Amino acid sequence: MTEQRPLPQSGCRNAPVLRERGQREVFCGLTGIIWLHRKMQDAFFLVVGSRTCAHLLQSAAGVMIFAEPRFGTAILEEKDLAGMADAHEELDREVARLLSRRPDIRQLFLVGSCPSEVIKLDLSRAAERLSQQFAPHVRVLNFSGSGIETTFTQGEDACLAAMVPQLPQTEARNLVLVGALPDVVEDQALSLLQAMGIDQVSCLPARRTGDEPAIGPNTWVALTQPFLGETAGALHRQGAQRIAAPFPFGEEGTTAWLAAIAEVFGVSRDVFDAVTAAPRARARKAIAAQAEELRGKRVFFFPDSQLEVPLARFLTRECGMDAIEIGTPYLHKDLCGPDLDLIADGPVLSEGQDVDLQLDRCRAARPDLTVCGLGLANPLEAEGLSTKWAIELVFTPVHFYEQAGDLAGLFSRPLRRRAIFVKGAPSGPVEGLSAAQDGRPAPSGKVGA
Amino acid sequence: MQNPPVTQPMKLTVWTYEGPPHVGAMRVATGMKDLHYVLHAPQGDTYADLLFTMIERRDHRPPVTFTTFQAQDLGSDTAALFKDAAQDAHDRFKPQAMIVGSSCTAELIQDDPGGLADTMGLPIPVIALELPSYSRKENFGADETFFQITRHLARPVERTKRVSCNILGPTGLGFRHRDDVTEITALLQEMGIDINVVAPMGASPADIARLGAAHFNVLLYPETGEAAARWLKREYGQPYTQTVPIGAGATRDFIAEVRALSGSDLIPDDTRLRQPWWSRSVDSTYLTGKRVFVFGDATHVKAAARIARDEMGFEVVGLGCYNREFARDIRALARDMGLEALGTDDYLDVEAAIEALQPELILGTQMERHIGKRFNIPCAVISAPVHVQDFPARYSPQMGFEGANVIFDTWIHPLVMGLEEHLLAMFREDFEFHDAAGPSHHGHSTPRVPAETQPVSSADASQLAQPVASATAGKAASMADAPAPTDGNVIWLADAARELKKIPFFVRGKARRNTEIFAAERGMQQISVDTLYEAKAHYAR
Repeated sequence: MTEQRPLPQSGCRNAPVLRERGQREVFCGLTGIIWLHRKMQDAFFLVVGSRTCAHLLQSAAGVMIFAEPRFGTAILEEKDLAGMADAHEELDREVARLLSRRPDIRQLFLVGSCPSEVIKLDLSRAAERLSQQFAPHVRVLNFSGSGIETTFTQGEDACLAAMVPQLPQTEARNLVLVGALPDVVEDQALSLLQAMGIDQVSCLPARRTGDEPAIGPNTWVALTQPFLGETAGALHRQGAQRIAAPFPFGEEGTTAWLAAIAEVFGVSRDVFDAVTAAPRARARKAIAAQAEELRGKRVFFFPDSQLEVPLARFLTRECGMDAIEIGTPYLHKDLCGPDLDLIADGPVLSEGQDVDLQLDRCRAARPDLTVCGLGLANPLEAEGLSTKWAIELVFTPVHFYEQAGDLAGLFSRPLRRRAIFVKGAPSGPVEGLSAAQDGRPAPSGKVGA
Repeated sequence: MQNPPVTQPMKLTVWTYEGPPHVGAMRVATGMKDLHYVLHAPQGDTYADLLFTMIERRDHRPPVTFTTFQAQDLGSDTAALFKDAAQDAHDRFKPQAMIVGSSCTAELIQDDPGGLADTMGLPIPVIALELPSYSRKENFGADETFFQITRHLARPVERTKRVSCNILGPTGLGFRHRDDVTEITALLQEMGIDINVVAPMGASPADIARLGAAHFNVLLYPETGEAAARWLKREYGQPYTQTVPIGAGATRDFIAEVRALSGSDLIPDDTRLRQPWWSRSVDSTYLTGKRVFVFGDATHVKAAARIARDEMGFEVVGLGCYNREFARDIRALARDMGLEALGTDDYLDVEAAIEALQPELILGTQMERHIGKRFNIPCAVISAPVHVQDFPARYSPQMGFEGANVIFDTWIHPLVMGLEEHLLAMFREDFEFHDAAGPSHHGHSTPRVPAETQPVSSADASQLAQPVASATAGKAASMADAPAPTDGNVIWLADAARELKKIPFFVRGKARRNTEIFAAERGMQQISVDTLYEAKAHYAR
């Protein structure tokens, strides 16, 4: 639809995939609650799980959000494990107490965990029962964020998929953007689409109960995140059609994503160009400033958020980087196909993980930048490898034109920082924590006798 | 806070003071060298690695292999998965010994990691951990793990020729363990005592084998080392220290105890202990009788309560701990101080206690720091759970003489300084130097109520044209500023409420609470300006 960078001679869509099974150094789907609860302001996420689940949410949140958060964990105790009847009664009691204390809650998610899945605690039955009890003021839904079923961002997918059957139906022609984006980013997308004359647009998840999109045979769906396969399937079953496109990261991704929508909605080339020309130019300029530091550098992705494929497309196509390995927890070829087509053949595509083997490959390759989880970042930095924590990519506004420069900046900053220390004071890996134990700093008393 | 119950009901938890017990085991494994932990656990439990690599800024991954099973594995053979993971971990990391166990989910599928490991014939000691995830917590997990490692690996050995001791209890991710060990090691060396082994932190399985060579044990952290210390006393006749050397007085008691155990007649040099003089110097007069609330793990609470009362001249108005294993000690201590101990691991209970007591300073954990922020009460952190800020770059022990100095500085920092307190009272209307600006050495740290915690029915001064009935403002109401609720029916008249606003923020909560109690005790329905000042005179010290 508009002028594009040349396509690679051969993309990655049909490249062989390295599939590994071993220790997976990834978060479970419960982690998604950290951003979902900020997005849906009248929703509460009640994890039915163990102390480990509560500890994960507390630790993954990094800083504790001490304003009473809209999530919590109902911790199963030994008594609950003995018999199901107890657990359901106790869950009802805790929900009743919560809803009486928090009248602002309109939507309650019962979130399954590893222990609740293993003891086969039926949360869909509980959700149905509680929905009847608290209707119409509160709607109760359930999904699983357990580690045995979901990896990190799949928690959002499971949550959104659980909402789909409850969405109102429509025969009208409309567009639904799917994925929990920061409000500011979502508003940018809506305003671009509106400027093109597409105004029957709504978002899943909606910010508030009551603003949900309606779905029907004339609904078109555009995913904003690559990890929403289950949600896409659920929408398809309600009759909606999905618009396939690269994901809206960077200037090229955003343009291709908007262009695919524009084509479906019959937007003219002139209108499209008029709406996108200025933000495209801004995005290119912003990326160019950051790409200086990224061009020709080699990047290695550990599996984490499932954003790896679109980000590899962005970094190789728009920032001039070379990808060595693109690891992802799950490779949705269907959803990521358009991005894979744009990535020149060459990098290893890997799905799943054996973290020790992957670390061996990473150390051997010595990439300029490694994208990995928080558990691996400092150990790799101590080995002299620059890292980008993957979790920042889901906590930071990175979609669409106005954030394209910020997205590139997330990757260039670690390189720039390392360059500062190379020029400045001597540094290097510390010797280990016990090294400090040998002597107290300058005690004035005599040491030893 | 009774004895460890096994049949607690399901409980809704927002924040937790302790992680699950396998995280305690990870703290032991990560503190040690040449030991590997194979943990049967579902995908996602690897989040615990980041506690060590991010919060503690470790430059190595914790020595832990997770089996990370998924739903598809549950139908097939999770036991084989465990054995493969254990074999791979052994071959790759070549540890001197391994510990094996289950996280909460693996406990439910009952694969028995210990039994499985036994069938593998690994050429190293493999120690099975039984850590009940649904009834116990992190400190228990650390204590039990260290105990099992000690029980399995310690061997009868001859005592060292020179008098020596082990230091027991420090772990990975411990609150100031790094610097406490440094401080106490130097202190003991000054007394002519050799350190045989520090464990778990820094020890290898080979070091554990020679624990018995020491003449006695120094138990730094009862929470994580007491089971091992008791066993070593029973098996190898090693007595262990009862005093935890936090604070100047406790450090002197500790030295006396060590002299008795070791026969050392050397006295460590205490010329660098500044805390006692800093407390006695006139600038510290303003600390007299400050009402403090103390909460954390039992060991740090015990120490802090003593320091607060005897070495800082504070008044301890409430105390408690979250680890029920030590609840009895804390109840006894509270009784000595004429108080009732708060034993809970629910931070909302702690918040309610703080709200009711309106202390002038909280000595607590990161949880209480946030509670303090909400109520505009200063807080100093004295105990785990840890936060990245609890791993400072500088040397910052809690124990020994330097620890006493550090504690003085840490506790004083959040308070308004002596003369500044008077100036605030005199010039409270000054546009720059007004009380809402907070202590001047904290920059522009204007206390603010986070948006989400805004009370629904705020009783802000502008609304005080009408008498403010004591209503049901939310738990989150900014208590220090809003002269709103008591649970009785006392009403603040508008001019009294305005007068209350003129009282500097750091004593306003206390003034409000005292006035309301004063009025309630006299059956008064309304608080006027006169009531406020009558109460002030009544409570004057």
